[in-house]
Amino acid sequence: MTARDIQLDQNGRLRHFLTTEGLSQQHLYEILDYAESFVGVADRAVKKVPLLRGKTVVNLFFEPSTRTRTTFELAAKRLSADVLNLDVSTSSATKGESLQDTLRTLEAMHCDMFVVRHANSGAAHFIARQVAPHVRVINGGDGRHAHPTQALLDLFTIRRHKPDIASLRVAIVGDVAHSRVARSEIHALNTLGAREVRVVGPRTLIPSEIEAMGVRVFHDVSQGLADVDVIIMLRLQRERMRSALLPSEHEYFHCYGLTQKRLRVARPDAIVMHPGPINRGVEIDSEVADGERSVILQQVSHGIAVRMAIMALIMGSVVPASAAED
Amino acid sequence: MKLEHTEIERLIEDMQDQAERLLRSTARGDPLVIGIHTGGVWIADRLRRALHIDSPLGELNIAFYRDDFSRIGLHPQVVPSRLPFAVDDRHLILVDDVLYTGRTIRAAMNEIFDYGRPASICLAVLIDRSGRELPIQADIVGRRLELEPDEHAKLTGPEPLALVIKQSG
Repeated sequence: MTARDIQLDQNGRLRHFLTTEGLSQQHLYEILDYAESFVGVADRAVKKVPLLRGKTVVNLFFEPSTRTRTTFELAAKRLSADVLNLDVSTSSATKGESLQDTLRTLEAMHCDMFVVRHANSGAAHFIARQVAPHVRVINGGDGRHAHPTQALLDLFTIRRHKPDIASLRVAIVGDVAHSRVARSEIHALNTLGAREVRVVGPRTLIPSEIEAMGVRVFHDVSQGLADVDVIIMLRLQRERMRSALLPSEHEYFHCYGLTQKRLRVARPDAIVMHPGPINRGVEIDSEVADGERSVILQQVSHGIAVRMAIMALIMGSVVPASAAED
Repeated sequence: MKLEHTEIERLIEDMQDQAERLLRSTARGDPLVIGIHTGGVWIADRLRRALHIDSPLGELNIAFYRDDFSRIGLHPQVVPSRLPFAVDDRHLILVDDVLYTGRTIRAAMNEIFDYGRPASICLAVLIDRSGRELPIQADIVGRRLELEPDEHAKLTGPEPLALVIKQSG
């Protein structure tokens, strides 16, 4: 079984949610449409629906994350699931073995879903291959490989502002080389037929073979942002500074930081997005991050609804397909 | 068997009479109308206009409250619920097209209570068919039908409305 199709069952329904690569338009729109229904839940007196009552969701985080873990936790709780948060250290030299042991232990506690974040690419796929047939796995970010729920919540935010995705020019700006978000977004945007997907950044932070993914590469930010409808800023991972890929934060802001002035070459109604956490004054100016084009906080709220939709969908597929034809 | 648009309109007029009598006798003023997706919304919209209720129509999609999620998964209909009013301390008229097992109504009431605490709920249905599995009865009924378990009543619409009884299998 390839890494790609392990997330679909024999009827093509989503079973795990590991990557946007290989998903159809129909899969993506199904998630976005369900998410629309979940948005309203947050505005009610009781911010919960009973869909996953009695299910146990484990946030299995091998890499620290507050924001992603919190939104997964809230999403699961708003579906009435019970949630267990486990921050597991990766320091063990026998990672593979201890991971399997961890999984067996959690399965013995009758957990139904794992949300996995791991510094190694492919970790969520690995776990999806290990778990019992009724257990579901969501990739909450693996190495440089994929962060599919972030991509979906970004698509959801884009669609709410600009419903006709086929007409859009989208620029992804910054450290594309280390970004699992960028990779998942490029796959998803191309599947939905976006008019143009651009990646913009310094040569050291743009992988050389990236054009094969169906993007246009720009090293000059003014050219890269010209006439775009959507700007997705990536977080500059400060730890990269030490590895001599960049001269300094100051220099980076000078060349690639998103300022009001640079924003002017984009379309007048362009929206500015960022997966967070933002480094003010490094990849984005505060004036832009807090400005009227910024939809950064909407991304956070939408993240809960989108994760609810994904969890409900894949838990729903535990049912044998023959019974679903009612 | 089939009910055509004009017949259904007559049934809705009759439901209007019943609703007016019920509201008078129970002294419930200023009610709100909530329809259950999809057919219930069509009937609720007509009933609301017939009763000259100014408040907007509430629309309920009970997909997230169904009791068969663990058996059939997520329901494919995803129109969001929309209650453009506060239900707290209000009298509600809950409307569906066909009352059958009663499970949809149970789910709908559970969902309504997640929006707030209404003063009362009465149930109005176009068709009250046999086959109840829960202790739920309608207060306002367009027509009662005795149907076999393999017979299904399906409303199509919204313009024109038509109700078809079909045999499954």
